[in-house]
Amino acid sequence: MDFSPNPDHEAIVEAVDAVCGRFDDSYWSTCDQNHEFPWEFYRRMADGGWVGIAIAAEYGGGGQGIAEAALVLNRVAASGAAMNGSTALHLTMFGLNPVVKFGNDQLKEAFLPRAATGELHVAFGVTEPDAGTDTSRIATRATEDGNGGWVINGRKIWTSKALESEVCLLLARTDGEPGSFDGLTLFLVDLDPQHCDIAAIPKVGRNAVASCEVAYDDLPVEGWRMVGDRGQGFRHILHGLNPERILLAAMACGIGEAALRRATTYATEREVFDRPIGANQAISHPLARAHMELHAAATMWRLAAWRYDNDMECGEHANTAKYLAAEASYFAADQAVQTHGGLGYATEYHVERYWREARLQRIAPVSQEMTLNYIAQRVLGLPRSY
Amino acid sequence: MNIVVCVKQIPDPADPGALDPETKTLKRDVKLILDESDSYGVEMALQLAGDEGTVSLVSMAPNSEVGGLRTALAMGAESAVLVSDDALKGSDALTTAKVLAAAIAKSSPDLVIAATESSDGYTGTVPEQIAALMDLPSVTFAKEIALDGGTAKVKRQTESGYDSVECPLPCLVSVTAGVVEPRYPSFKGIMAAKAKPVEEVTVADLGLDAGSVGWAGAGQEIVSIEDAPAREAGEVIEDEGDAHERIVAFLDELKVL
Ligand SMILES: Cc1cc2nc3c(=O)[nH]c(=O)nc-3n(C[C@H](O)[C@H](O)[C@H](O)COP(=O)(O)OP(=O)(O)OC[C@H]3O[C@@H](n4cnc5c(N)ncnc54)[C@H](O)[C@@H]3O)c2cc1C
Repeated sequence: MDFSPNPDHEAIVEAVDAVCGRFDDSYWSTCDQNHEFPWEFYRRMADGGWVGIAIAAEYGGGGQGIAEAALVLNRVAASGAAMNGSTALHLTMFGLNPVVKFGNDQLKEAFLPRAATGELHVAFGVTEPDAGTDTSRIATRATEDGNGGWVINGRKIWTSKALESEVCLLLARTDGEPGSFDGLTLFLVDLDPQHCDIAAIPKVGRNAVASCEVAYDDLPVEGWRMVGDRGQGFRHILHGLNPERILLAAMACGIGEAALRRATTYATEREVFDRPIGANQAISHPLARAHMELHAAATMWRLAAWRYDNDMECGEHANTAKYLAAEASYFAADQAVQTHGGLGYATEYHVERYWREARLQRIAPVSQEMTLNYIAQRVLGLPRSY
Repeated sequence: MNIVVCVKQIPDPADPGALDPETKTLKRDVKLILDESDSYGVEMALQLAGDEGTVSLVSMAPNSEVGGLRTALAMGAESAVLVSDDALKGSDALTTAKVLAAAIAKSSPDLVIAATESSDGYTGTVPEQIAALMDLPSVTFAKEIALDGGTAKVKRQTESGYDSVECPLPCLVSVTAGVVEPRYPSFKGIMAAKAKPVEEVTVADLGLDAGSVGWAGAGQEIVSIEDAPAREAGEVIEDEGDAHERIVAFLDELKVL
């Protein structure tokens, strides 16, 4: 076993912390309240090469693995940028993974260099009103146009960043009927406003990055924009799920760290009954527990990332990391609110923002229930329950 | 254009450690980082050097420390000379200047840039001492430097505005903090920095006598150290109709108006 410090990782942490240090909690609070995408932050991160860090060097990226990408997103979230900052970046950082793994050369050459510079914004359109946890229910259709291309019709929900994105990695049905995984095909489509009606869904938090309902109305797609093989779309996106879980786990841990930092500061400074509230074990013990749980989750996402980058099976580890991180982060954020008393509920102290954003990881991109189902079936070999 | 920037590696001000009661100096056995004051000089040098010139670094630090140098290399400097030697422990400002001058002289630069003062020592004397030792003209408090043939044109910060001064190259210019926006090291910059040369030299390599540096050579002594006095409570001005006048008078006294 080797847990010795990695100088490259330390340098990444230091440099990303320096950039994020320019964007304080009030910046994020303003973006959140005004529902504004954090453009200035995004540009800084793109200029520093952080958005392209995991894209292959041959396309102009940093050529690093999921471990380094996760580290970047962890620091972003831990700076107080939470999900508003980290999800502004993560789809460009890793969303094109299916294109890297299964895409044709034309797709790679057209899009990866622009993702490496951070210029290309990417959305991910899988979820539909009747197809969330059960992806086999996807009904959005891609029909052949007779000239080697496709025409797309249907409705997606929760497509994050659809308003800012030029392209969307879209899972659509080319064959079969809703209820089967076969017949789903992946496309990298343009979110052409002539054929796409995009509306933000009002939601609890992470309001700097909108998630949208997108109606596709006869959207034309050229044949070369198909990613991988016809009918294999679901299998193709499965490949990207483990890295996505690792990134989300790292982001969730970051929010927890930010919340814990504020909570410990406040618990040291705030005096009630002539003593700092942190002197009460009812306040200090939950914070100590939050610290341990975050640390355990962080160790898990690092292990999962290391396995992924070394081409080892990592489904169990990535799912475990995501589950533990979502719980630890929410617990830490909730305790941070509790520690602040009434002020925890006030926007000024920012912990309510962390709390709203930490809640998300227990639902998306995969719910805690489905993660437990995965472990029960795939790891413990228990019968499928649904 | 060959520019040398003097950079100091200091304990992280966010986690500054402590003073050593024995030596009455800052403990430096922690991880050191690039002094933020020096990041402005590095940025200015990179801008002045453009694509044709070269920017190299000179630093004196204990324990072969290169953390801060790597940051400046990641920003874009090409190479560095690090003077690290146990004999240098206890060096005062003048000794530091002698050592840095000897290290700088190795590359006969057109321009030497330093910060006005470091953020941990604040003596603010080293740059001018280097200039004197190297027999270079020196310009202090620069907020802007432009190069025109063999001349440096410098805007020199003053209390009321700035002086425009010109000085022949080679020369030494010390720059004030906050005058340019230092670039952040990019990911590619960090990776490239790993392969950039850092030449570590000792006092003997520089042709200096170990007995003339460190505690042995120090011409100054720190007699005692005390905690900074606790900040006094501010003055509360109750408005009785003349508060604005009293505030103006107060600010006037501080010479901030
Ligand atoms: C802010 C936000 C951003 C999002 N961004 C995107 C995006 O960019 N792209 C995208 O495609 N999607 C996105 N999503 C969608 C997200 O992936 C889904 O919400 C998630 O997969 C859950 O699907 P659902 O909402 O349809 O829940 P449902 O499938 O309706 O499930 C409802 C509840 O029932 C539980 N449940 C269902 N079946 C079982 C079972 N067999 N056993 C136990 N429990 C079960 C689920 O765990 C869940 O708690 C986003 C969602 C949110 C909230």
